[in-house]
Amino acid sequence: MRITQGTFSFLPNLTDEQIGKQVEYALQQNWAVSIEYTDDPHPRNVYWEMWGLPMFDLQDAAGVLAELRECRKTHGDCYIKVNAFDSTRGFETMRMSFIAHRPPVEARYRLRREESEGRLVRYTLERA
Amino acid sequence: MSESIDLKSLLADSGVGEVLDELDRELVGLVPVKTRIREIASLLVVDKARAALGVEGAKPSLHMCFTGNPGTGKTTVAMRMATILHRLGHVRKGHLVAVTRDDLVGQYIGHTAPKTKEVLKRAMGGVLFIDEAYYLYRPENERDYGQEAIEILMQVMENQREDLVVIFAGYKSRMDMFFQSNPGLGSRVAHHIDFPDYSVAELEDIAERMVVGLGLKLSDAARQALGEYLALRRAQPNFANARSLRNALDRARLRQAHRLLEAGRVDAEMLMTIEAADIRASRVFGATPARDPAEEATC
Repeated sequence: MRITQGTFSFLPNLTDEQIGKQVEYALQQNWAVSIEYTDDPHPRNVYWEMWGLPMFDLQDAAGVLAELRECRKTHGDCYIKVNAFDSTRGFETMRMSFIAHRPPVEARYRLRREESEGRLVRYTLERA
Repeated sequence: MSESIDLKSLLADSGVGEVLDELDRELVGLVPVKTRIREIASLLVVDKARAALGVEGAKPSLHMCFTGNPGTGKTTVAMRMATILHRLGHVRKGHLVAVTRDDLVGQYIGHTAPKTKEVLKRAMGGVLFIDEAYYLYRPENERDYGQEAIEILMQVMENQREDLVVIFAGYKSRMDMFFQSNPGLGSRVAHHIDFPDYSVAELEDIAERMVVGLGLKLSDAARQALGEYLALRRAQPNFANARSLRNALDRARLRQAHRLLEAGRVDAEMLMTIEAADIRASRVFGATPARDPAEEATC
């Protein structure tokens, strides 16, 4: 199952060139770009591992792409996302976050149905 | 049948001509430096023309080493270099990141690599200027982390040549030693540019420009005094060319301000003029025993 989340989730995988251009845009907006990876891409898992610190004061996407390549080499079997953080007062949050790498075999999830009090049914996603 | 390209117009289009002319106009002396920069600019223009005609060649390695005594304009030229390389499309952004050993080398094991990499990432798309680069290598301490920084630098200089240009700067003798003990680094630096010391005439020219930049002017007597000052100061140890000159002018400004306050009432002309007395009060003149008494009387 193809897992999608974040910005551009409706598009096919971005190429490195396209990732570079998105990063370039983020840098133009003065957003700090960071890279995170995880082996658990559950939509409720907000705690991805950081790949190094967020990269402040960058002028060019080459640095981010080099880090992304490094991260892919080390964590090729994980999901890797690129985040762009806007520190402007009033935002102070991620403005962009997209998946930049997915493992050759994607994580599988299944929907679990659970009977509860009085004929109530709960649903939950769990790793298959 | 072959296409042809007008190199002159290519040069004009890139806007590099302006930067080069500005360099000629605004920087005094430094003839060998300017010549080399023009050569590099020509090389890049020719390469551009080659690419336009479909002859794709590898990008030249433009890592540089600026050697010269203090105050000879290494940083200033590096700044211009970033602009020139940007206009010619060799680097994408054309900013300059100036660092020293402290910014690259960490304080404990495992601290150096991330620190160096962070600086390199910041410099990508522009020029990384490493001032007093010889401090990176400390032969007296074999466990010094500087070596680690040098290795990372070398790797990036080789593999990401199109992403950044590294300029090393430092005093000639110590830089020579530095490259001797790091032959790998020396061989990756293609351009060694030596910044000559300024002559007294050049320094006077620079002083004139600095004074205008400060919104002041020199009286004729002050100009003469400054010439004598420079001749004396130049012979003394620790002379840092334009930097010493700037300091001397700053001190002259202090004395001028003090003198004006003593005088009480001033006009615009007085506020703007540095007199000979402001310069002759310098310690440098005191150091020379033989002075012309007639001259002393005039100031």
